[in-house]
Amino acid sequence: MAMTMKLNIVSAEKELFSNLAEMVIVPGAMGDLGILPQHSQLLSTLKAGEVVITEQGGNQESIYISGGLLEVQPHLVTILSDTALRASDLDEHAAREAKERAEEALQDQESGIDFAKAEASLAEAIAQLKLIDKLRKKRKGH
Amino acid sequence: MASGKEIRSQISSIKNTQKITSAMEMVAASKMRRAQDRMSASRPYAEKMIDVVCHLAYAHTEYKHPYLQEREARRVGYIIISSDRGLCGGLNTNLFKEAINDMKACNEKDIEIDICVIGSKASAFFKSVGGNIVAHTENLGDEPSLENLIGSVKTMLDAYAEGRIDRLFVVFNKFVNTMTQQPIVAQILPIAVAPAEDHKRVRYHEMSEDDDHADMKYHWDYIYEPEAEEVIDALLMRYIESLVYQGVVENVACEQSARMVAMRSATDNAGDMIDDLQLVYNKARQAAITQELSEIVAGAAAV
Repeated sequence: MAMTMKLNIVSAEKELFSNLAEMVIVPGAMGDLGILPQHSQLLSTLKAGEVVITEQGGNQESIYISGGLLEVQPHLVTILSDTALRASDLDEHAAREAKERAEEALQDQESGIDFAKAEASLAEAIAQLKLIDKLRKKRKGH
Repeated sequence: MASGKEIRSQISSIKNTQKITSAMEMVAASKMRRAQDRMSASRPYAEKMIDVVCHLAYAHTEYKHPYLQEREARRVGYIIISSDRGLCGGLNTNLFKEAINDMKACNEKDIEIDICVIGSKASAFFKSVGGNIVAHTENLGDEPSLENLIGSVKTMLDAYAEGRIDRLFVVFNKFVNTMTQQPIVAQILPIAVAPAEDHKRVRYHEMSEDDDHADMKYHWDYIYEPEAEEVIDALLMRYIESLVYQGVVENVACEQSARMVAMRSATDNAGDMIDDLQLVYNKARQAAITQELSEIVAGAAAV
């Protein structure tokens, strides 16, 4: 029987594959990579493309991924697939948007947390919750 | 004592409220189930991510990433994950209390604070009490997607990389069970090597059959494609994002279950209140009838 390795393919939203495999071919950033058991440790980024798995027993299966990362240990291969389409300029844009939203929300706003104010408003909210609790118990009582 | 009509209208208005709260309870219950499914679906990714980062911590890499290096804290960042909507009991309040306590400890040590808020409740709270909000995301809805988080997280990671903050914490509600949610403040940067120890047992279990664990102790390094720096950057960025995403997903599950519980007790309370008012109404009605009767009898006696 051919040698096998443990292969895990996961995306942020679900587990795509988790079983023993004889070989896996992945779309590496620098070109396709074929990984067999006993491969030495490797870390690589992945492009969008097809992952071809040769399962234990010789069955072939293919999964589409939209990019991600590959980690190889001699008996363990992990593919972390992205769900979102990623590009550095897209990320940059998203970051700028988040910052702008914060600035918009913060206009004419002094910085530095007013701890006294925060505690007061928290204490108020907690007191309200406690009161509701108490009233509830009282109601249950009679 | 209020007149019969007033009490009746009060009862009917409470009944209407009760209908709303019980409908909200049912909606929250079904959303909670879906949120829990989503939470468990995203768990394998987070676990595998942790495994890979643990391996990385064991590797003798030539490139030392700043995310892995401890430095003195002069300014810290917080990512506060809250819900977008209220009516979920003390969920957000307890979370903010935990966050404020933690921040206060920093403040006493003259450490400055940057805040990244996720969810409109956190943004409203930190706006009203002040605080240096540097990034802001809201309206994630019931199905938060990673895409909406990337921007905020990147803002904080950039701040860390540029040395504007020296620590990064994430604050969210951990889903314990339907009745219990626990506010948590967790450090995500620099990546503590401690988790590697925590997960060693799990990893050991996983690897022991291949007897691969022993190899981990020797000096080894990865082969990188394309460059060490690029790959590790991409990996650690996704690691942080997955931690934050996991926090958001858990917080959504917490929100729904807290809302379900809050709405259930609101419905119960409305029921109790209706019972009480019904009693008062009956008494008032009885009193009015008695009075009318006695007036008639007195009138008849007078004739």
